[in-house]
Amino acid sequence: MNAIIFSALCGVVMMFSGILIKNTTTIKNIAIVALLVLIAANILNTYGIFSIQVDVTNMLRFQTFGLYFNTVVFVATLIYFILSGSDIENVGINVAEYFALIFFVLCGVSILSSFNNTLMLFLGIEILSIPLYILTGTDKKNLKSNEASLKYFLMGCFSTGILLMGITLLYGVTGSFAIESATGTSGTAAMANSGILLPVGLLFIFIAMSFKVSAAPFHFWTPDVYDGSPSVFTSFMATIVKAAGFIAFIRVFETRISELGASAKIIIPLVIICTLLIGNITAVFQQSVKRMLAYSSIAQAGFMLFALYSYNDISKEGILLYSIAYSFATIGIFAILIKMKDYTFEGFNGLAKKQPVLAAANTVFLLSLAGIPLTAGFFAKYYMLLSAIKANGQSALWLVVIAVLFAAVSVYYYFKVIQAMYFKEGEAETFEIKGSFKFAVAILAAIIILIGIFPSLALNWLYF
Amino acid sequence: MIPVLLILVPLLSGLLLFFVKDEKAIKSFALLSSIITLIVVVSALCLNQANQLSFSAAWLPTLGSRFSIALDGMGKMLALLTAISFPVVFIATSNNSYKNTSAFYALMLLTQAGLMGVFIATDALLFYFFWELALIPVYFLCSIWGGEKRIAVTFKFFIYTFIGSLLMLAGILYLYFKSPDASFAIKSLTGLHLAAGEQNVLFWLFFIAFAIKMPVFPFHTWQPDAYEQAPTAATMILSGVMVKMGIFAVIRWLLPLFPEAATKYANVVIVLSIVGMIYASLIAIKQDDIKRLIAYSSIAHIGLMCAAIFAHNTIGLEGVMIQMFNHGINVIGLWIVANTIEQQLGTRKFSELGGLAQKAPTLAILLVIMALANIALPLTNAFVGEFLMFNGLFQYNVWMAAVAGISIVLAAVYTLNMIQKIFYGKTVAITENAVDANSSVRWVLIVLVIVVLVLGVFPQPIINLTKDTVNAIAAIH
Repeated sequence: MNAIIFSALCGVVMMFSGILIKNTTTIKNIAIVALLVLIAANILNTYGIFSIQVDVTNMLRFQTFGLYFNTVVFVATLIYFILSGSDIENVGINVAEYFALIFFVLCGVSILSSFNNTLMLFLGIEILSIPLYILTGTDKKNLKSNEASLKYFLMGCFSTGILLMGITLLYGVTGSFAIESATGTSGTAAMANSGILLPVGLLFIFIAMSFKVSAAPFHFWTPDVYDGSPSVFTSFMATIVKAAGFIAFIRVFETRISELGASAKIIIPLVIICTLLIGNITAVFQQSVKRMLAYSSIAQAGFMLFALYSYNDISKEGILLYSIAYSFATIGIFAILIKMKDYTFEGFNGLAKKQPVLAAANTVFLLSLAGIPLTAGFFAKYYMLLSAIKANGQSALWLVVIAVLFAAVSVYYYFKVIQAMYFKEGEAETFEIKGSFKFAVAILAAIIILIGIFPSLALNWLYF
Repeated sequence: MIPVLLILVPLLSGLLLFFVKDEKAIKSFALLSSIITLIVVVSALCLNQANQLSFSAAWLPTLGSRFSIALDGMGKMLALLTAISFPVVFIATSNNSYKNTSAFYALMLLTQAGLMGVFIATDALLFYFFWELALIPVYFLCSIWGGEKRIAVTFKFFIYTFIGSLLMLAGILYLYFKSPDASFAIKSLTGLHLAAGEQNVLFWLFFIAFAIKMPVFPFHTWQPDAYEQAPTAATMILSGVMVKMGIFAVIRWLLPLFPEAATKYANVVIVLSIVGMIYASLIAIKQDDIKRLIAYSSIAHIGLMCAAIFAHNTIGLEGVMIQMFNHGINVIGLWIVANTIEQQLGTRKFSELGGLAQKAPTLAILLVIMALANIALPLTNAFVGEFLMFNGLFQYNVWMAAVAGISIVLAAVYTLNMIQKIFYGKTVAITENAVDANSSVRWVLIVLVIVVLVLGVFPQPIINLTKDTVNAIAAIH
């Protein structure tokens, strides 16, 4: 409960600091301090030391998994503030509002990690999404940003409408908003008499959640929104919001996956393959690194969908590890991308000579996204594939083989950036880069390699 | 402890070398590090107790993977090959100049660490880790210091090999789940005895990965371009040691894990290998470029080794063991000569060379001996290996051995043609001013030639060294 309350409070604090304080650097520092307080409050909550008790009538459920996920998201946001905080200041004039909106997004994330009730799911999704609609359009003079914001808003509202329809159907069949499938005889009798209502309701919820995590074929908003919004906010959206979406996704269907009907066994592998196919193949043809990263985030979502395919302890650890690996690496890459003047692949030519530390760190991030051993991304992909085989044995093998073939395709476009940096001659134009920035990306790259050698460093906290 | 040193010494010296600036210091440091590794390997050869030659530490307890490495007969031999190749390569290419020398030598040493890891890992996940890790420094080596078309060619090489290793990863995951104690250790995986259907699928998943590495027809298309475009020092390691990774993996992992599938598909694999041998030899005859010729000749030799493994008899397997070592030595010798010619004369094409023997007699003599070893003439080490392998193949299927035997004749054709064009005949403008090889190249080649001749006459030490592995494989069948 701490995280929900504190994040909302931090958002309000940031809003008021915008009125009282004019210096944008001070506002950024206040945001970082507020985030540290939030992290501390969440950790205290996890260990039961200091928890604000509110009677939530079983609508929210605070377990170690959800609370640890909160900590992961908040730490990722902290890294994001440290690396890209000064770039947030450069987006527009309402700096404090941007930070406030980010805190409200974090509030939505906290709700999504601990909901126990479909109404809370709806609340969490909306609290998560509405600040994002605003953040997407913050580059007010840029037509692309306006278009992205409107597109995101309209499609997001539409999908939330479908979500509500699904929740309504679910309520109509089961008589309650509970997430977990009822095991009593009255519950099953109601469900047996409902015919097609229950699977359709769950399907609507599935579609709406697929939209939120940009799984194919509901991904069409992603490239334009990610490309149009200012790169700082794309960084936040592509990582933390997506991870939160996945946690919510698997929570909803944890007990109800069989109620989707026999078609669940066909739908989910199909969605996984479509997502991997569309994400990877379109990323290959991109000319702009930012758009390539947008499409590649769809491909990464394809791997995270394996957590839906297999519900076991390995998939839970896997989705957590994937969130960590993917968020850290993508935040790192975007932080470096924002410093470049030219977002195309050619714009990276010769970066290794001009900024060797940045190029080396960028290489580590790209290797992690590609899933090369020694980086956290390898173990993330590995856990997802492992969970699939554990769930379904030999019949999952073909899905695993297809997934690894697409992972090989992804190597192509990730390595195009490495090749531009190291092997091609050019003048990579960058904005001014401070020493502290280089230090921070180097530390982030080191963390990714450390988790890549000892993934238990990240996962052991689940069990403490 | 000794196996850990085998990985640690090149790894740490490689990382340290990134920060050394003086060029002479870099080269001497790299050489010193590779000689220390060689000393460690030699001392490992003298030891026989299992506990000194193995090491196991907890690594990923939740995943059931341990950092366990061990040296058995075949591992010792390949570690010896790796440990010998690197000092040889460093001495022979000491006159080459590279921009950013520290990074070049550092990446070479990191490659050595990865290669050592592949040869001594006994845990499947650790094996996969090192298999990939050996690839990354090579990717950078070839892409930064290679020839004109290096970027595209190395990219193709990397993605091709990566697809193969990912398929192997899928197979490893599946085996992990089948293992009773949820571990990756080779002992528990080999005790699985999978059903025939499972074995067939897994066999191909693993074999494709190894076939791409070796390479075996039809997965060989990356190799000639990659060998040609890579800097010659890297090519020496690629063809001398890295291809042995593929053959080693077949013997260490494929045969023990999937014995029934290996017997069932033996014909398919042998036919593919033999087709590759003849095909590569025919193309080699048409080549004008030294590097491409040696690359195609390498495909032919490796094809024979792959065929002999799947003949499933002890003699063939012994031949493969010996030939792994011999081919490494021979091909490095050939590459050294190619490198010397390229450095001095600036061209690799036979049509532009000629009569070099008049100006560089020592180089000519040493090359001719290495080339005769390539043809597997009796008295050279390759003859012993090829004789045993053909013997094994003959016992399996007479016709296949006969067709494979054509490749020996073809090898003689292209090798002697190459020697004749480069060294004999009239001198041309370029070779008029050639000088003989410098002393470091000369001494390295003399050492290699001595090894060639000694092993050709007395191959027993290697047979004894690898006997335990051969017996272990034979016991499976």
